[in-house]
Amino acid sequence: MKKCVITVVGKDTVGIIAKVCSYLADNRINILDISQTIVSGYFNMMMIVDMSQPAKPYDDVISDLDNLGDEIGVAIKCQREEIFDMMHRI
Amino acid sequence: MINIFEVTETNKMVEKENLDVRTITMGINLLDCASENLDEVNEKIYKKITTLAKDLVSTGESIAKEFGVPIVNKRISITPISLVGAAACKTPQDYVTIAKTLDKAAHEVGVNFIGGYSAIVSKGMTRSDELLIRSIPEAMASTELICSSVNVGSTKTGINMDAVRLMGQIVKETAEKTKDADSLGCAKLVVLCNAPDDNPFMAGAFHGVSEDDAIINVGVSGPGVVKYALESVRGESFEVLCETIKKTAFKITRVGQLVAQEASKRLGIPFGIIDLSLAPTPAIGDSVADILEEIGLEHAGAPGTTAALALLNDQVKKGGVMASSYVGGLSGAFIPVSEDQGMINAVNAGALCIEKLEAMTCVCSVGLDMIAIPGDTKAETISGIIADEAAIGMVNQKTTAVRVIPVVGKGVGETVEFGGLLGYAPIMPVNQFDCSAFVNRKGRIPAPIHSFKN
Repeated sequence: MKKCVITVVGKDTVGIIAKVCSYLADNRINILDISQTIVSGYFNMMMIVDMSQPAKPYDDVISDLDNLGDEIGVAIKCQREEIFDMMHRI
Repeated sequence: MINIFEVTETNKMVEKENLDVRTITMGINLLDCASENLDEVNEKIYKKITTLAKDLVSTGESIAKEFGVPIVNKRISITPISLVGAAACKTPQDYVTIAKTLDKAAHEVGVNFIGGYSAIVSKGMTRSDELLIRSIPEAMASTELICSSVNVGSTKTGINMDAVRLMGQIVKETAEKTKDADSLGCAKLVVLCNAPDDNPFMAGAFHGVSEDDAIINVGVSGPGVVKYALESVRGESFEVLCETIKKTAFKITRVGQLVAQEASKRLGIPFGIIDLSLAPTPAIGDSVADILEEIGLEHAGAPGTTAALALLNDQVKKGGVMASSYVGGLSGAFIPVSEDQGMINAVNAGALCIEKLEAMTCVCSVGLDMIAIPGDTKAETISGIIADEAAIGMVNQKTTAVRVIPVVGKGVGETVEFGGLLGYAPIMPVNQFDCSAFVNRKGRIPAPIHSFKN
């Protein structure tokens, strides 16, 4: 399994999760875990997803999510999970 | 499983605190390119570099994108050219042709710098070493991406004072040859003592003869991350201060370790070492001097600076060592002047002079680095500065270096702009008293007594 972490940060608005999730569903990316908070009006979400069989190459998914973020008005980043594991787990 | 706070912490380091991997450096052995025929040498070098490193830049870029961590530089280090060109080069001009070939190969593969236009002359100088050294000014003036280094001493061999004297002249000549670009050639030329074989950082990088045929070395950075972490422990004890630096250095180094392993796997080239250095850039908040200020100094250079830097350097190593399977290179805190906004501010405020920087080099990772000095500084004076630094390195069994830029046509109080990561610098005054009778003695300084460990 190739796990990735998607983070969404920005001003809260209607349909952020819906738009991100439908993009992931359309591209065969399975969501394993979601956590989300709102701190003083700012939306903060983290998803752990399984990218074993995405419909598109990984690079395209990163750029698509970046563009989707621009559309909604939030910042969306998609990173391989290993970087967080390496930094925070011994 | 990773939680949202950990993810936010990592991303904050990258977005707000300038965390990056400073360089992936591919070390390439060129000894098998040696030949008596100069054209053949050039051809073989070009072919070997452009074959082995053809995917270096694209691999670096895709790793940066996938992990969301910037990889600022992709570089190449090569076997010291004085060895590779020894059989073929009969004049300094012959060596310049190799420099041009290297520059062409570096442009072809798209790397930022190629280091290893070097000679190791810590005890004596062979004819080919001397020819290479004499070719440096012309090589620096006629290429763009070449970095050159000369190792003039070591703890085991002592200091080759003939080489030190020659390097004073070579630095001056390089400044003169590149005067139209504010003597930029000297920013890519460093004189070392105890140079390591596996340093991924420029200008002193070369691929030592003890290394594999090709190798991936990674230099991590992140002074900004350390600075921000220390903001949360203001006024706390030294124990808390040191623990905070160690923990932060550990996290930074883990990123380097991951990138190094990934690059090594994708390129099919063995992983060499991680260099755990805090390397500043001219960007605001990416400064080693800012860390010293955060530790409690008004400016870098104030009394206490050497102690604060010693503490910082040691904690960075202690935190980083456990984070990587192999640590090497220079590993510590760099204190270049032009590449660090906090250092520049300290010089402008009158807090920092060359003599204080010299004291700091006893405890930092390298030496006098990226210091602009008046263009009329004598070659003997530069040799004197080099000898002092080499002595510090030799006696303390550490790497030291001198990268000074005598900016032709400029004097104290003026500023010089090198651009990019090399930054800009106020020209610093140099002690005007003469040392030529010392420098002009022939021969070498013997190795210190504590080098005899057998």
